[in-house]
Amino acid sequence: MLNLSALGALADSTLSRRRFILGATAAGASLVVGYSVAAEGSGQPNPFVAYVQIDPDNKVTVFSAHMDMGQGIYQGVATLAQEELDADWSKIHVVGASGNPKFYGNLAMGGKVQMTGGSTGTASSWRRYRVAGATAKAMLIAAAARKWGRTPDDIVGENGVLRSKRSSATATYGEMAALAAQEPVPAPVALKEPKDWKYIGAKNLPRLDSPAKSTGRQLYTIDVRLPNMLTAVMIHPPLFGATMKSFDAAKAKTMKGVVDVVATPRGVAVVATGMWEAMKARDAVIVEWDESKAEKRGSAAMLTAYRALADKDGEAVAARRGDVDAALGKAAKVIEARYEFPYLAHAALEPLNAVAWMNPQGVLEVWGGHQAPDLYQAAAAQVAGITPDKVKLHVMKTGGSFGRRATPDADVIVEAVATAKALGWRAPIRLQWTREDDMRGGRYRPAYVHKIVAGLDADGRIVALRDTIVGQSIAKGTPFEAGLVKDGVDRLSVEGMANQPYAIPNFRVDLTTTDMDVPVLWWRSVGSTHTAYVLETFIDELAHAAGRDPVTFRLDMLADKPRHAAVLKLAAEKAGWSNPPAPGKFRGVALAESFGSYVAEAVEISLDKSGAPKVERVVCAVDCGVAVNPDMVGAQMEGGIGFGLGAIVKSRITLDDGKVRQGNFDTYKVLRLNEMPEVEVHIVKSAEDPKGVGEPGVPPVGPALANALFQATGKRMRVLPFDQTST
Amino acid sequence: MIRFTLNGEPLEIEADPDKPLLWVLRDDLGLTGAKYGCGQALCGACTVHVDGQPTRSCQTAVGDVAGKAVVTIEGVRGEVAQAVQKSWIKLDVPQCGYCQSGQVMAAIALLSAKKKPSDAEIDDAMSGNLCRCATYRRIRAAVHEASRLLGG
Repeated sequence: MLNLSALGALADSTLSRRRFILGATAAGASLVVGYSVAAEGSGQPNPFVAYVQIDPDNKVTVFSAHMDMGQGIYQGVATLAQEELDADWSKIHVVGASGNPKFYGNLAMGGKVQMTGGSTGTASSWRRYRVAGATAKAMLIAAAARKWGRTPDDIVGENGVLRSKRSSATATYGEMAALAAQEPVPAPVALKEPKDWKYIGAKNLPRLDSPAKSTGRQLYTIDVRLPNMLTAVMIHPPLFGATMKSFDAAKAKTMKGVVDVVATPRGVAVVATGMWEAMKARDAVIVEWDESKAEKRGSAAMLTAYRALADKDGEAVAARRGDVDAALGKAAKVIEARYEFPYLAHAALEPLNAVAWMNPQGVLEVWGGHQAPDLYQAAAAQVAGITPDKVKLHVMKTGGSFGRRATPDADVIVEAVATAKALGWRAPIRLQWTREDDMRGGRYRPAYVHKIVAGLDADGRIVALRDTIVGQSIAKGTPFEAGLVKDGVDRLSVEGMANQPYAIPNFRVDLTTTDMDVPVLWWRSVGSTHTAYVLETFIDELAHAAGRDPVTFRLDMLADKPRHAAVLKLAAEKAGWSNPPAPGKFRGVALAESFGSYVAEAVEISLDKSGAPKVERVVCAVDCGVAVNPDMVGAQMEGGIGFGLGAIVKSRITLDDGKVRQGNFDTYKVLRLNEMPEVEVHIVKSAEDPKGVGEPGVPPVGPALANALFQATGKRMRVLPFDQTST
Repeated sequence: MIRFTLNGEPLEIEADPDKPLLWVLRDDLGLTGAKYGCGQALCGACTVHVDGQPTRSCQTAVGDVAGKAVVTIEGVRGEVAQAVQKSWIKLDVPQCGYCQSGQVMAAIALLSAKKKPSDAEIDDAMSGNLCRCATYRRIRAAVHEASRLLGG
């Protein structure tokens, strides 16, 4: 996912508050509160986007500017609106919004793009969803006061019901909605003081989508059903960078259920009445590929080249203070290490998909996991040959994403629209990737090699640290390049290392960006997936070399980083760090800030008979500012820990002569239930504005495990995944 | 013509007997609760019950369920199903939720066979059901909670 702080070029500090003002409108007998350009002084706000809608039957709809892939942002925005509105929680539902970046734009990314990523959803929503809820509430109260001949201070609204304190008058919000829509929009509205919060921070607010997701009723993109809809599967090039020369579908077209086989800009689409019919016919299509420009290097050759590059100065310098070389020359002890990281697939459980339909009104409707709706609207319009305002996106909940559905080239959207167009728009097309398509479709966490060296003085203090990072750039060649790549440094390649928190007087980070033609992407916690691993295992190694406890060794270097220090102390305390582990148990700890949230994790392991680690327990301390939904903060930490553990121990994508070896979960291994440790999450109480939790649980768990494993075996794990025996 | 019972109702369908049950359910019968995740019986997202046994519908030919009783998440009934789903909701197990139909079906089958499963028995019964959100800790807790509700 995207780093929020890095989108400099997309930030617009001049984004005018005057243009971005609150508006309200009536829709039938409903009250709709949202944002508009011309609400002030004009009768009709236009354009207008809705944040909160209250219907006559007391149903409340919250329109989420962010897509929900499981991280729970729908619950987050509903909680924020509800804090001020105090509707009937059981009548609240949330739908995905899209279509106007000016008003749904991500405020944590500068406000000009609508985007879900970089763990920014809560930060972006923090103020505006509360303002929308408070505005709706004020208008409901004003309408009730007017109708009942009372003053507004006599009216209270709770649990979706308005009542007069000094008379017997009551009405539901829904009953008052039509009148409320006639009231002037109050500006500004006051927000509650934190001491008065009922919903923010509540530990027992039921998650709105748990019932649907526990009974099979939740609909995902794969479940979209439209009249006459057809299913398409793709035949992608066998190598990245290969292109289609020609194809022969004569046999496939005779097969049962097959409707057509068409070319798209990204491969051949086989269109049939259903998924199985399409998959069977796919095997009968013969495609001739032009592989002259394709990537044909394998992982082994790539790593050999990366290692050689890591031994040299980087082509760019991402961070520099003091004089590392001089300090290393005078150090009492110098330690050096090389680390290797594989490509990783997101492998969300719902393989990529999208549904495209040109409706009879000439509007192209696209259903999907739209993490980047502005980009997808533009891409769909371009493929269709229409203007973006003629593209309507339906934001679906998705079976995971972990960054994969924020793809700058809109891969699966392009395929669905191109296929529907090639069929002359005669049917809605559900384009569905198989697991193998998803696994081999690229957009991986890049492979990296790090070469790190540090010096300790005679007192065991770190006097110098230098890291050289070698790997592909995620942002290069995308619309995000201008904001993320400066002076040859993609911030996504170095985040977590270039801004590492420890007070080290001489410090340097080099970067060499490589040119593998394997598509790469942000993968849950992005740069910190590798930088935190290197930094936190190497700091542990230096602590060991200095004969120091790894917690106090870190704390001594965090004197001016109170939030880092606080989570580290808390995790250590809750893990019982000051007492030795039980016989046969071993502990490790690691710390990482990512996306503005601070997380420390202490891991306790045992070894099985084969010497493989069993992770018994993870104690996690997190400071994410205000915890809007504490149970969901806990859920994201648990999930991040499990996601990270599987990757560190088992997952890798490897290439043989450019071909991806793994295809399914038999070869791309991920964490299973029997491998999940006990997890305890401790949330630091904070009054700071909230930051994200979707990603920050991931980075510390790998290095904490590696540090525990060192305690158990004396071995440093520098090549990932730990299990190098699987395919 | 293939005959079986689906969620308690007798059914006759015209289908290629080799067609996986998953795609018959999803594409032909419009029952979308069972999910496609891998197509190779590696992830468990497509789990249904065939004669009460948890079964990967993506690798089960529809011809092989002739004469049998198929139950999908849309059709689960009874006290075990209720206890499992109630526990899943109480503990807010799902994140993305995509695997959870399969998890719930696996848990119902487990608790129907064994009222009070141990952690090792939960491992055996549930480790074939992948969850990429890693809700595993809550899945385990919800199985224990359902067991408690059932008097296990």
